[in-house]
Amino acid sequence: MISPPPLRFTDLTCVHDRHPAVHHLSGCFAPGSLTAVMGPNGAGKTTLLRALAGLHPPHDGVIDRGGLAPGQIALLPQAGTLDRNFPIACRDVVALGAFARLGAFRTATAASSAAAEAALGAVGLAGFARRLVGSLSAGQFQRLLFARLIVQDAPVLLLDEPFNAVDARTEAELLALLHRWHAEGRTLVVVLHDFDLALREFPEALLLARSLVARGPAAEALSEENRARARLAAEAWVEHPEVCRDAA
Amino acid sequence: MPLLHVLLDPFALGFMRRALVGCLALSLAGPPLGVLLVLRRMSLTSDVLQHGMLPGVALGALAGGLTVPAMGLGAFLAGLAVALLASWLARVSGGAEDSQLAGVFLVALALGVALVSATRGIDLTALLFGNVLAVNDAALLLMAGAASVSLVGLAVIWRPLVLESFDPGFLKALGGRGGLWHLAFMALVVACVVGGLTALGTLMSIGLMMLPAVAARHFSAELSGQVAAAVALAVAASVAGLLLSFWGNVPAGPAIVLSAGMLWALGLLAGPRASLRARLWRPHYRA
Repeated sequence: MISPPPLRFTDLTCVHDRHPAVHHLSGCFAPGSLTAVMGPNGAGKTTLLRALAGLHPPHDGVIDRGGLAPGQIALLPQAGTLDRNFPIACRDVVALGAFARLGAFRTATAASSAAAEAALGAVGLAGFARRLVGSLSAGQFQRLLFARLIVQDAPVLLLDEPFNAVDARTEAELLALLHRWHAEGRTLVVVLHDFDLALREFPEALLLARSLVARGPAAEALSEENRARARLAAEAWVEHPEVCRDAA
Repeated sequence: MPLLHVLLDPFALGFMRRALVGCLALSLAGPPLGVLLVLRRMSLTSDVLQHGMLPGVALGALAGGLTVPAMGLGAFLAGLAVALLASWLARVSGGAEDSQLAGVFLVALALGVALVSATRGIDLTALLFGNVLAVNDAALLLMAGAASVSLVGLAVIWRPLVLESFDPGFLKALGGRGGLWHLAFMALVVACVVGGLTALGTLMSIGLMMLPAVAARHFSAELSGQVAAAVALAVAASVAGLLLSFWGNVPAGPAIVLSAGMLWALGLLAGPRASLRARLWRPHYRA
């Protein structure tokens, strides 16, 4: 059983070009929790994930990763952010999941390439080892990135819209993988747009509209009322945001 | 056997053998760097860097005389300075790196031309076009040394560099310093361009690096295959270019680059991948 430390954030504010994308957000992802992060477009979901992964330096506030090294918090970015014409084979992409452990210079062993092959098999891409990423469909490419997450073996996983652009069968298989990781005790934070999916498959939810709207058991946090509040809050766009506190 | 004579006789001469060894060294080191430059959408960067080296060459000549080590060191430092300054400016000012590079190299080039004109004894033509057939011991050592450093250096940073080229966000999320690998890579490119400077000149030295790299896509689909193809093409271009130069009385630098260009054209027209032939000859697939 894997037992990651809790992932805490206190009074977190992240800005894009002076506009807060995440605003005074506090909370905690408990060890082994499986949380759906939801909210309208522009609610700061991706920014929150990137901040937790250390890719977006917070403007204000504190993130406590409980001593986890950067590679131990895995981030699956939204589809379409990668160059899929790069002439690299599937096996190599998956094997690079071990980069956090191997670093730039340590030798990759036979065991690590066997792990890559096994991970490809686990996501239904057995036999794809030598195929180039350019030859994969969008769904297959998403499976490939999940295989890399298997090899990365991080105790905390942050997934940004993992089921976009995949068919129902791929979604079901990747969900099964998600539940396996959950059963192993990993902390999972998943940005979603599909409320039915969140209510059906995720025990916890966090509803975001730059600031916190609701959090808790999915059925309560994602109530109709909360969703309406999130929509309203996200629509309020201020051209010149006031400074909400004096710079110390 | 007249053909054998045509192929082997030129290399019975010492200066041709030196030229061949030097070009083979550059052929081993340059094209792998070129393939990565192409994949990182920086195909023109090496061209820009070598122009940016001109003030370093002139300052090296001023400080240490018209010797290979002095001008080579000057070129290396100037190229590195251009690359570092451009990426530092891009980071602090938020401009795109290629725009900052364009700005820095133009200033450096103008400075270089001004310095060269003000310095007696520098032959601008020799500087721009080099002279493969006058490769002396010092130049040969510089070529071999720069090639060795580039090749070994690339092997050392291969894994992070490939990861940074394919998925920079992933490397960053792992706490890897993408900018560091980028700068190390740029230093290797500069070293390799400097290696070709005396033989091929500032204008031609990247021909052997970039043309085979651009052509490699037509011969292999995968990264390691493209690197191997690029090296093979560069070796072929070096040998063909030197022979062309010897028998056709053409300057060797341009002859080598033209040979590389011909191999590229061959790849474009008849290569196994993404070529005209591959486009015209379409097998009928059964579903």
